[in-house]
Amino acid sequence: MSRFEWIAQLRAALRHASHSFRGVWLIAALLIAAPALAQEAPDAIVKRVANDVITTIKSDPAIQAGNEARIREVLEAKLLPNFDFMRMTALAMGKNWRTATPEQQKRVTDEFRALLVRTYSGALNSYRNETIDYKPLRMNPADTEVTVRTVVVRATGSPIPIDYSMTKTPDGWKCYDVIVGGVSLVTNYRDEFNDQVQKGGVDALIKTLSDRNKGLAAK
Amino acid sequence: MITTPVRSHFRPRFGPRARKRACALIAAALVGGCATTGPASKDDPLEPMNRALYGVHDAVDTAVLRPVAQAYVDVVPQPVRQVVSNVFNNINDFFSGINGVLQGKLDKAGDDFGRVLLNTGFGLGGIFDLASMVGIERGNEDFGQTFGVWGFPQGPYLFIPVIGPTTVRDGAGLAVRFVWGPNYYVNEEAVRWSLYGIAYLDLRAEALEASKVVDTAALDRYTFIRNAYLQRRRYLVYDGKPPPETEE
Repeated sequence: MSRFEWIAQLRAALRHASHSFRGVWLIAALLIAAPALAQEAPDAIVKRVANDVITTIKSDPAIQAGNEARIREVLEAKLLPNFDFMRMTALAMGKNWRTATPEQQKRVTDEFRALLVRTYSGALNSYRNETIDYKPLRMNPADTEVTVRTVVVRATGSPIPIDYSMTKTPDGWKCYDVIVGGVSLVTNYRDEFNDQVQKGGVDALIKTLSDRNKGLAAK
Repeated sequence: MITTPVRSHFRPRFGPRARKRACALIAAALVGGCATTGPASKDDPLEPMNRALYGVHDAVDTAVLRPVAQAYVDVVPQPVRQVVSNVFNNINDFFSGINGVLQGKLDKAGDDFGRVLLNTGFGLGGIFDLASMVGIERGNEDFGQTFGVWGFPQGPYLFIPVIGPTTVRDGAGLAVRFVWGPNYYVNEEAVRWSLYGIAYLDLRAEALEASKVVDTAALDRYTFIRNAYLQRRRYLVYDGKPPPETEE
């Protein structure tokens, strides 16, 4: 065996090995990429989730037939993991949040979350052929709070700006407020939550929210 | 040496206290001496009166306005409704342009007048919204916002049946628009009121989806609508860049 032949054989062997180890390489690449995915940029998250939800809604026959329960399933699986409902509820409750026990905080958060899901699924049910424009994100690498700005362009009617306030958590960026045409969801609830707490404490708020959810579920 | 200014005997005749008393009087007169309930919002000192008026509005809206608007959406095909919206929007764009000038926002005003020229000329009198198709944005200015930019305070929140949520400032703006609007110069009574009717229907139909959201989302529809309205107006006065609210 000449030296050249030997080198050629070695090369072939290596190529073969690398070929059969392709799976291993893939896993290695994924392991390297995983932390990068966890730190997905806030605007990228909004874009990915919005596209994912819209694609699903457009292609799901049950949803096209107006099945709201199915919309809620989709939201539960794809959208809600990207929200920080605890933070959202704390902001909507304002100073009353600190007076609530951890148990009460959890119950308000759960009920508020359920109410928002109902509202959102109802609104998505009338989704037609809107497209979303994403405004360029201005953020510094050190920022822990950013606003992702989008505009929903409708086939009819004026475009609606929708902003997402995002906060950096150990689990990646989470949304804690949605601002539709300048109306912040969290701010809008502040007076209503406060009125309830003034009337009958945090328990009154929990009861009102839960009654409302039960009423909507019974519809 | 100049001494500290003498505290004069002069007292403004309509100071904040007098004004507050006057408002309270009007409110009391309107709701028939009903005691104030619930914590008052600083933007809504007339809440008891407004709530009563909201009750009237809600009854009329549920019984008549909303069903009629829904019927309009169900019966009239979308392209026709779009034409109706476009024609009224074209008139609004013209007034938006005027308000852009009044606020010194000449770029915005230019866009609005450009929109009106394009849509009236090539869009057959505003039937087609060509300007939006080529991406000229609507200024969305009105007299209420102009008064805001000029520094007039917003004044108490008001809920007027059929017309909806407003404030003293926005209501004044609405009155100016009403008197100045082209409809005002239509002499034929029947035609004029038909035009008002169609314009109203167009607006109410546009708000149907929003009404559904309020039905689901609001714990107290009155408060929900008030807060959404005030947030929205603040956002518009600051052209989409409102400074952060100060916590009380």
